[in-house]
Amino acid sequence: MKYQSQKVAYAYFLVAMALFGIQVLGGLLAGWIYVSPNTLSEVLPFNVIRMIHTNALIVWLLLGFFGAAYYLVPEESEREIFSVKLAYIQLAILVVGTLGAVGSYLVGIHGGREFLEQPLWVKFGILVAAVIFLVNVSLTFLAGRKTAITNILMMGLWLLCLLWVFAFINPDNLSLDKMYWWMVVHLWVEATWELVMAAILGFLMLKLTGVDREVIEKWLYVIVATALFSGILGTGHHFYWIGTPGYWQWIGSIFSTFEVVPFFAMMSFAFVMVWKGRKNHPNKAALLWSLGSSTVAFFGAGVWGFLHTLHGVNFYTHGTQITAAHGHLAFYGAYVALNLAMFSYAMPLLRNRAPYNQVLNMASFWLMTGGMAFMTFTLTFAGTIQTHMQRIVGDYYMDVQDQLGLFYLMRFGSGVAVVLGAILFIYSMLVVRREVVKPGPVIKDAAIPGE
Amino acid sequence: MSELLTKSRARNVFYGGSIFFVVVFVALTAQSHRHIVDKATAGMPLTEEVRLGKHVWERNSCINCHTLHGEGAYFAPEVGNVMTRWGAQDDPELAYEMLDGWMQAQPSGIEGRRQMPHFEITEEEMRALAEFLRWADQTDTQNWPPNDAG
Ligand code: HEM
Ligand code: HEM
Ligand SMILES: [Fe+2]
Repeated sequence: MKYQSQKVAYAYFLVAMALFGIQVLGGLLAGWIYVSPNTLSEVLPFNVIRMIHTNALIVWLLLGFFGAAYYLVPEESEREIFSVKLAYIQLAILVVGTLGAVGSYLVGIHGGREFLEQPLWVKFGILVAAVIFLVNVSLTFLAGRKTAITNILMMGLWLLCLLWVFAFINPDNLSLDKMYWWMVVHLWVEATWELVMAAILGFLMLKLTGVDREVIEKWLYVIVATALFSGILGTGHHFYWIGTPGYWQWIGSIFSTFEVVPFFAMMSFAFVMVWKGRKNHPNKAALLWSLGSSTVAFFGAGVWGFLHTLHGVNFYTHGTQITAAHGHLAFYGAYVALNLAMFSYAMPLLRNRAPYNQVLNMASFWLMTGGMAFMTFTLTFAGTIQTHMQRIVGDYYMDVQDQLGLFYLMRFGSGVAVVLGAILFIYSMLVVRREVVKPGPVIKDAAIPGE
Repeated sequence: MSELLTKSRARNVFYGGSIFFVVVFVALTAQSHRHIVDKATAGMPLTEEVRLGKHVWERNSCINCHTLHGEGAYFAPEVGNVMTRWGAQDDPELAYEMLDGWMQAQPSGIEGRRQMPHFEITEEEMRALAEFLRWADQTDTQNWPPNDAG
């Protein structure tokens, strides 16, 4: 850690990890209700649990991004954060807002637009926190050295905060409501968050592989260009069946197909940088999460996204378990794993210790990634059967669901693996104090060929 | 490629291209807005009752179990075409009666079956909710869903 004020990232990462725990436990409970539907049905119905699951996800990912920005901007700008106090005030507002939202969900007070259910005062709190954040990092950024990494990061963060305005716009016309809703949801995960992802991935590659900054930054501009060129008009893949004009079927299909490109490029970028890099960085866990993130993002967003993005396919799969399969792997690969990569890299530095406990952290990577992959497969099978029986044969929804019990049981099992992986990750970050497996001797001359 | 594509050129292409796509997107969004208001949802007036129905739908977070036009949660049936499925799309009184009967019978309490909660909804609100669902059902959704099962 080069700058004292980077320390604020620590508090952000701690809160993020706590919410991550709540998120996966909420998911596990929701998955259990699919298996045993009478569980808690009178006390805590499925819709409330689902709100907690998805809202906790979004808030902790954002907290992770904010923390990453507070860690990375001083180092790139070569100066302390404009105001450490503002950073803590921002965090306090977000914590109060989150607790307020969860509390009001539990007593039945909430909005009714998916993912944006927060009561109005919480939405305003988020807005205030976002403004504080933008002021704080922008003043740091403007006063210091400007790099492509911070340029892209700042642009992503500014735009995603601006898009939050659409959380307040809820027209009475349902179709208009839906159209503007996607300006937050789609333009977050498939445009602005991708800029944040590319910037953080670029930073990690710079630190972990030691490849020339010039090379990394050129890659980054190409990646984010393909992201926005495809992702903005790619919004059309949500405008097929909600009352919007028919031409979106062509625009959405064509441009969202190109959305695969930035994810493929980010995966290639990560592997090429590791291949070119000469540094033998000791933090192997951060490297594993970085490579894993870009790879799983390519499969979850790229492959599983393309699977149902052409309008001829989407006509049948729209709003089935196929969507849930894609949503899980895409969020996990692109944003969960990326945040965990950043935590794995920064936490040892923030806590002033060597990056040990690699083995437990890496085990948690395989447990979580294996669990999410399995969950994606079972939901994809369930969704395929659902699509056929319900959308093609025309069987009634509930009768079809009765046929899918085995898949939901397997989804619950994979959820257990994910929860265990998350607990192991948090444990390895916060508790372990010495190396679990002694590393072999470092070979000084890296040119020794393998046999 | 390294000669032709310098870092600053890549950056300029990124900025210029992004602005271009934002402009196109904003124009198409404005056109879609008009299409929704003038054509796709014009089959039935957006009355105060429909508006109230939408607020009832939101207040109870129905979207976190059901899909509506295919968006939402996947735990319970599609409701964008439920009035067609019930044969009540053209009969407001029947729509209200069917919906009210359904809502009053929840939760079913049947062991091993997914449960829909009981909601506190007044008669006025229930009528509004039925109108909202009829209003949603008349939207021109490009012939989605493929069949009445939703
Ligand atoms: C990391 C990036 C991505 C994330 C986090 C993500 C996440 C999601 C989520 C959560 C949904 C469900 C939204 C709802 O509740 O209705 C969704 C829907 C969808 N996504 Fe993605 N997605 C990503 C990238 C992509 C890409 C690159 C494509 C296309 C190649 C794609 C195609 C789709 C389609 C077509 C739908 C609509 C599914 C339906 O009709 O039910 N996504 N995505
Ligand atoms: C313990 C592991 C998990 C389990 C058992 C689980 C289970 C569930 C369930 C049952 C739903 C509701 C689906 C429905 O509406 O019928 C859901 C929704 C969702 N979960 Fe998870 N989840 C888990 C972990 C995660 C993780 C790690 C992420 C992020 C990567 C995530 C992201 C989401 C999203 C984005 C939705 C909304 C999907 C959509 O609207 O398409 N979940 N989850
Ligand atoms: Fe999308």
